[in-house]
Amino acid sequence: MEFVDGRFFDHFMDPRNVGRIEDPDGTGAAGDPSCGDWLLVTIRVERGKIGEIRFLCRGCSSAIATSSAMTELAAGKSLEEALAITASEIEGAVGGLPEEKKHCSLLGEEALKNAVADYLARREKGRPGP
Amino acid sequence: MNDRDEKGTRVYFDHNATTGARREVVEAMLPYFSRRFGNASSLHLFGQEARNAVERARSQVASLIGAEPGEIIFTSGGTESDNLAIRGVVAAKRTPARRPHVITSSIEHPAVIRTCRALEKEGVDVTFLPVNSLGAVSAEEVEAAVRPETLLISVMLANNETGVIQPSAAIAGVARRGGIAFHVDAVQGAGKIPVDAGAVGADLMSISAHKFYGPKGIGALYIRRGTGIEAVLTGGHQESGLRAGTENVPAIAGFGEACRISADRLGAEMAHIARLRDRIERGILAAIPDVGINGAGAERVPNTCNVTVRRVEGEALTLYLSVLGFALSSGSACATGETDPSHVLIAMGLDPVDAQGSIRISLGAENTDEEVDAFLDALPRVAARLREMSPIRGKC
Ligand SMILES: Cc1ncc(COP(=O)(O)O)c(C=O)c1O
Repeated sequence: MEFVDGRFFDHFMDPRNVGRIEDPDGTGAAGDPSCGDWLLVTIRVERGKIGEIRFLCRGCSSAIATSSAMTELAAGKSLEEALAITASEIEGAVGGLPEEKKHCSLLGEEALKNAVADYLARREKGRPGP
Repeated sequence: MNDRDEKGTRVYFDHNATTGARREVVEAMLPYFSRRFGNASSLHLFGQEARNAVERARSQVASLIGAEPGEIIFTSGGTESDNLAIRGVVAAKRTPARRPHVITSSIEHPAVIRTCRALEKEGVDVTFLPVNSLGAVSAEEVEAAVRPETLLISVMLANNETGVIQPSAAIAGVARRGGIAFHVDAVQGAGKIPVDAGAVGADLMSISAHKFYGPKGIGALYIRRGTGIEAVLTGGHQESGLRAGTENVPAIAGFGEACRISADRLGAEMAHIARLRDRIERGILAAIPDVGINGAGAERVPNTCNVTVRRVEGEALTLYLSVLGFALSSGSACATGETDPSHVLIAMGLDPVDAQGSIRISLGAENTDEEVDAFLDALPRVAARLREMSPIRGKC
């Protein structure tokens, strides 16, 4: 594989927001723990915005780099903005990916959406009945 | 062969993928690009110079593997040798009366596996034998797979990913008893361990120069005298009619020189390489929890170490190490770019996730203790860093 973009290596070698939030407001996963890349995202929501986001990833360099880039894009965004983040935006943030690695950026989009959806579902359930 | 001068921090641990040509090899090649540029088929002086170089090299190649010069056919490398052996024997031996059968293993290089797959589409039955958990084929299973219509058995000498040596002599016995041709892909054996065509018991044997400090794009097929085979390429009468096309004289000259040097230095180089490999394996086992050395209990070529670092991906390890200056591979070089786990490790029964967490370190004569020290310092740190990132938590 040829990587020419410094942003890719920056995210891969020095990923941002690695870890797992204790008692998160939302958890989202993507991929398959039993075969291949697996991404786990936890978020804390503060006043309708992503106050904190962390990720853990077992995957190839592209999965790690795009997961890191995704957390930077999502941090501080409103839930609507976070839900609108696309795989191609994430890919752009690492300077592009080779064709066979493009699916890695989908992992980030999916896990983030799942985490926000988890937060919304929990809030729905937690709300006192009418 | 010491090309690490531009950057002191580059460590090459990927000799099963390819090696750099030795200085003597390059020198042996140079005259044949320009000053002695003749076509080895020409009758004149220019042609004779080229012919002499080709025949000298043929003797050097033959001598490395205990063959006669007349049993060596030059090809463009291991892939072509495998294709010529398999397709050429099947073409020569198949009859319209019955469907031919070929036996091979599930750990062969793609040059063999995909060739056999292609033959399946041409009406050939192929048995892909399993291996045990150490990565070895069993001669008993080969014997059990033999049918009356079996024409060819093709099992490699040493596996490119694990280095595990296959029981060629025992398989040769099965082949001989059944009157079946036996092909051995010895691309990862030649130049790494002593390889004697007679002792291996092969009727056909593939070797490739670039795996032992020769040039790329040149190799040979050993064809034991009397073995039935047909050409695959049609064209001129070069190489006894078995490999049409003007000989690549510079590459052939370099290949011969690589064989000569390898025969000279193999003993000393093997001992050095084996010691470094053992240091690496002991070091890894001592410093990194939850790792496994694949094929460790089997007989292996001395330069290859295949390690599973659980809970991380081999590709990530490999790229991280590459940035730190260490060149090695995850899966086999040919599998890079594909996300499929190694077919060799899967055949050995590794869990697909563990197979994806594997890297191959393959050493060469120019590697040093200092390089091993640096690697044993780097790998545990890289593994720990990637594991911190992993959502899968181990026992440790
Ligand atoms: C076992 C084996 N067979 C065949 C080949 C192909 O050889 P070449 O690169 O010379 O075509 C290789 C090289 O990767 C190999 O390891």
